[in-house]
Amino acid sequence: MPSPITYLSQVLALIRKEMLAILKDPASRALLFAPALIQSLLFGYGATYDLTHVPYAALDQSRSAASTELLARLDGTGVFERVATLDHSGQIAGQIDSGAALLVIVFPGDFAARLAAGREAPLQVILDGRNSSTAGAAAAQISAVVAAFNAKLGNRAPLTIVRRAWFNPNYESRWNLMPALIATLSMLQTLLLAALSVAREREQGTFDQLLVTPLTPLQILIGKALPSILVGLVQSTIIFLIIRFWFQIPMNGSVWLMYLGLISFTTAAVGIGLSISAVALTMQQAMLYTFLVMMPLMLLSGLLTPVRTMPEILQVATYVNPLRFGIDLVRRVYLEGATFADIAFDFVPLLAMAAITLPLAAWLFRHRLN
Amino acid sequence: MTTPTVTVEDLRKTFDAAGAGAGRVTALDGLTLVARAGQLTALVGPDGAGKTTLMRIFAGLLRPDSGKICVLGIDVALDPQAVQARIGYMPQRFGLYEDLSVQENLDLYADLHGVPMAERASRFARMLDLTDMARFTGRPAGKLSGGMKQKLGLACTLVRAPDLLLLDEPTVGVDPLSRRDLWAIVQQLVRDEGLSVIVSTAYLDEAERCTQVFVMDRGRLLAEGTPNALKTRAKGLTYTAMPPADLPARDLQARLIDAPRLIVDAVPMAGNVRFIRQPDAEAAGLQDLLAGAPAEPRGEDLEDAFMMLLHQREAVAGPGPIPPDTGLAPDTSLAPATGPAPAGGQAGQPAIVVRDLVRKFGDFTAVASTSFEVARGEIFGLLGPNGAGKTTTFRMLCGLLPATGGTLLVAGHDLRRARAQARGRIGYVAQKFALYGALSVRENLEFFGGAYGLRGKMLRARIGDALERFDLDPAAQSGQLPAGYRQRLAMATGLLHQPEILFLDEPTSGIDPLARRAFWRTITALAHGGVTIVVTTHFMEEAEYCDRIAIQDAGRMLAIGTPREVRAMAGPSGSHDMNSAFIAIVEQGRARRDAKSAA
Amino acid sequence: MTGGGFARRLAALTRKETRQMLRDRSNLVVGLLLPLVLILLFGYGLSFDVKHARIAVVLEDSSPVTLNAVAGLVGSQYLDPVWLQSMPQAEAMIRAGEADAILRVPNEFTHDLAGGNGRLQLILNGVDSTTAQTIEGYASGAIANALEHLADRRDVRFQDSASVGIVQRIWFNEAATSTWFLVPGLIVLVTTLIGAFLTSLLIAREWERGTLEALFVTPVRPMELTLAKLAPYLVIGMIDLAMCLLAAKFLFQVPMRGALSIIVLASLLYLLVSLAMGLWISGITRNQFAASQVALLVSFLPAIMLSGFVFDLRNVPVVIRWVSQLLPATHFMSLIKTLFMAGNYWPAILQSCAILAAYAIVLIWATQRTLAKRLD
Repeated sequence: MPSPITYLSQVLALIRKEMLAILKDPASRALLFAPALIQSLLFGYGATYDLTHVPYAALDQSRSAASTELLARLDGTGVFERVATLDHSGQIAGQIDSGAALLVIVFPGDFAARLAAGREAPLQVILDGRNSSTAGAAAAQISAVVAAFNAKLGNRAPLTIVRRAWFNPNYESRWNLMPALIATLSMLQTLLLAALSVAREREQGTFDQLLVTPLTPLQILIGKALPSILVGLVQSTIIFLIIRFWFQIPMNGSVWLMYLGLISFTTAAVGIGLSISAVALTMQQAMLYTFLVMMPLMLLSGLLTPVRTMPEILQVATYVNPLRFGIDLVRRVYLEGATFADIAFDFVPLLAMAAITLPLAAWLFRHRLN
Repeated sequence: MTTPTVTVEDLRKTFDAAGAGAGRVTALDGLTLVARAGQLTALVGPDGAGKTTLMRIFAGLLRPDSGKICVLGIDVALDPQAVQARIGYMPQRFGLYEDLSVQENLDLYADLHGVPMAERASRFARMLDLTDMARFTGRPAGKLSGGMKQKLGLACTLVRAPDLLLLDEPTVGVDPLSRRDLWAIVQQLVRDEGLSVIVSTAYLDEAERCTQVFVMDRGRLLAEGTPNALKTRAKGLTYTAMPPADLPARDLQARLIDAPRLIVDAVPMAGNVRFIRQPDAEAAGLQDLLAGAPAEPRGEDLEDAFMMLLHQREAVAGPGPIPPDTGLAPDTSLAPATGPAPAGGQAGQPAIVVRDLVRKFGDFTAVASTSFEVARGEIFGLLGPNGAGKTTTFRMLCGLLPATGGTLLVAGHDLRRARAQARGRIGYVAQKFALYGALSVRENLEFFGGAYGLRGKMLRARIGDALERFDLDPAAQSGQLPAGYRQRLAMATGLLHQPEILFLDEPTSGIDPLARRAFWRTITALAHGGVTIVVTTHFMEEAEYCDRIAIQDAGRMLAIGTPREVRAMAGPSGSHDMNSAFIAIVEQGRARRDAKSAA
Repeated sequence: MTGGGFARRLAALTRKETRQMLRDRSNLVVGLLLPLVLILLFGYGLSFDVKHARIAVVLEDSSPVTLNAVAGLVGSQYLDPVWLQSMPQAEAMIRAGEADAILRVPNEFTHDLAGGNGRLQLILNGVDSTTAQTIEGYASGAIANALEHLADRRDVRFQDSASVGIVQRIWFNEAATSTWFLVPGLIVLVTTLIGAFLTSLLIAREWERGTLEALFVTPVRPMELTLAKLAPYLVIGMIDLAMCLLAAKFLFQVPMRGALSIIVLASLLYLLVSLAMGLWISGITRNQFAASQVALLVSFLPAIMLSGFVFDLRNVPVVIRWVSQLLPATHFMSLIKTLFMAGNYWPAILQSCAILAAYAIVLIWATQRTLAKRLD
């Protein structure tokens, strides 16, 4: 056996070479770090369910003080913006079809009369359902405005529901999404980076040269995995810093715990990437297989839709999806301030994935048949 | 016969050098030449002479910085498409589509060149006949041997008769038989169809077959003329020395080449040593150097003239890319770390033992029941046509490929199963010099040194030595180096850890004669220091440097022994040089095999 | 050269590309299997519709009135109540991720309700804000319903008075199910991915393997190379489109209110844009590693995040909207949603198709520029 120092210096030489191969070229350096920055900004602003701007059209057939007041209340929210005032119902379709208005509010002619008679006055709301969540959110906001209006009319329910939302008091969807991106964005590129690393050496003929050195499979594995993991962690850090300091989403948990989670997560992802890489004959195959694997990982991760709303069988399938647990881990540590005891379970599948994929990749380095 | 096919006037071309702070590299520096139609024209020159750049400018793929260039009467810089429609161009690495079959590759190029269907059948038949590939039309190009790939590339280039054929080093990495075939095709087309051909080559015997030869160096024209006219430069200076029985030709050659004041060039050849003496060499000094070995004058050939030219240029322009490596012979710093041939039982034990080695890929037997041994400190040459199983044997020896059957011991280990440290005792230089192209020379050396467990002061010292010995610029980007320098870097990385056994797979392919001399001088010095060397090559004359050689074909050992013994085995037709011996042995072997399968 | 030469060379090159595509199975796996996986995932796996949300109900007061008030939570497909006695238990469930919300019925509820002053506490895990809002809506609705029952039984007195009631109609997506907008989005995603993944290595691979050098020195034109590389993948893309449309129609029964011919035409146009985009990336990078990274970065996430697929572009800052307008996916997304759910709305069709056609032309032109038969 070589001395531990020699062993370590061999691994370091390999890590250094891998880092140089990735980072020496300014273009590839930019390619690995600029996207994390740009994407987290773009998606931070772009990926929001929060309605900030609802263009609507009004058809006021009642022309009463009540209808005018209700409209004024809508406009006063700052969210609703009247883009058109219609004269007859024939104009409604045009507003909605063109997307000029997300919704049309119709006050029937007897609106004021019914209110004066102390009866319920119907207010018609026509919504563009092309995006069902937007429509739902807009409807909820109108309900809130109408409820406030009703309360002022003297209706007070005998029961009030006092609502409090933990961890995200104002229901900002950015708070939900952005911490998930810390795991997601970095996984995309590190998975591909790891998947191409061996395939590229095979295609360029340098892998044989590597295999005739006294490096053991374990050393090669460490040397190949660590740089990808490091790149992934740096990307995560960039995104984390933007979320924390640019978007100022408060962090409730321990940074160390989050990084412990990210390290386990990235290691599992790199394990998958290296396994793909060891199987692929060409870079093209490595890339295509990576994409094939990546799509289900993304869609079944809980990033966009909660895992709980998936069919049972797919929920079971998500146990082999490191991203599911990576996102869960980061979200809960970041927003909920979860402690290690709370999220210990998330580590199990991640470490299991790493424990299977990494040795598999190491074995495949030497045993992939030509 | 005197109309020019290509005229070049004061052509200049520079490239951005890779690497930080590097300026521009000059590839062509005021080149002027005229090539004539209907004949074979050769471009020769050492690495970095600008041959490939010039070829690419002819083909309209690069635009010159300045100067005039006319191909077939057309200004290429202005209308490259018009030229491209009329010429055939075979780049150094012909881009066959490896996933397409031989026939599909041919069809593609025939379609692109608009060869009418009516002419196609006869043209394809002729090409397949010339290249002897009619049996393989359905095989994917990627599954062809290197030599067959080159022939297919040539066939694709010649699917229609072009007005001008450009061949950029068409025979790099090609075995002597395929090389002979390729040249037969080209010469026949020149004869039958009056084809104009410009070929760049590192083989001077190929240039000798051409009508006109241009010798280029560092982007300039060094000399031009017919081969006969050029040869006169070495007239009266060429000799053959016959070493006494107890002195290996290789050692005499080493002594001669290490005396650059007296000797321009020396190579072993059929047990003797061919050399060129310096015009001003004193007879007395020469006698001392030869130490009694009789020397006879011999006829000069183009290679002699080429060596003279490069030597004279060096005298004028200062040290060229290959400094005479005088300090090599006594130097043992390259010897294995464990010391050469330790005393006792170890000494007699062979470095490599191969017994009944078999490797099959499915139904295909790549290596069939092969046995040989290599002694410590021996140079063992593995020769054979492309696809003979040399690389497969090599990969098994290095532990990259499991054997299907047989035993295999390298330094006492089966590297496939041995612990990783056993691999630390071997060095491996792969075909095409697998290096990390994006990394600098120093970074490559640091990585491989580190991977072999070198570090700190020791690593820095070894790297310093290697940079000096192989005259490498540590900051240069490896991927941008010319072939000769890439080979030196590959050698340097393979030797950093001072291996006991060195495996070299086609280390001299695509390398100019000067660099090959320097390479072999290093190898003989290593062997002298006790390093065991296993080498493959397609330059048969290089087999003369080996202690023993083996010739493989279709996975079988056809001959094994000292170069003298192998030449003798070839019978009368192959006894005077290794090239003809090789061809004779392989052809006899194939005839025997055909006879057996017919029976 | 003559026009005949163009057609002949194009045919030869297309044949070559098709053979190469068919011989590497990974192309077909990604080209045909990936869309199938996406169709199934989108159709069955993904849903924004919250069902069976776990709500911990803490009954500090368990009088019959209280039980009646929270009875509405039972039997709803949206909520799965768990009955608990103490708040710490419930809080632990939220922390452990076992419950999404807590409904706390305080000690004095029955008494306060009788006095017209009942208070219930609803605590939600706001991390998943959309789910939280939905649960809030479901829970308040269920309780309001229950209270109406109570009122009917005169247990609680409601004042009759003037009020505004909302009559809500959602056009285009009456059921308000997310499948209806996910499936058209799926078509966008599939076409985007096919383009980015399959074509983005084509030119880079030829540069790296050195196959272009010999090809350049033939009468071939850059445009022929470009079109030949697009053709076979266009066919794969068309098969994928057909799969998506069939799935939309028969598997998920999403309405197609626009003319099928226009849906197909618009999709083909976008398919071409997407393939040309991949090819262009390949041509400018000349390097498989960089090409694959760039293709991944510009295709997948932007198509999901910035195209208006999941997130409504009305809500984003103006700068982001500009960026999103640069993406061809955005234009196709709005067009395909309109075509599926709203019908043939010509101004939108013409505008989007014109933009997509412009993209296709520009990208194909830019791609053939990268193949300008030069090595320097």
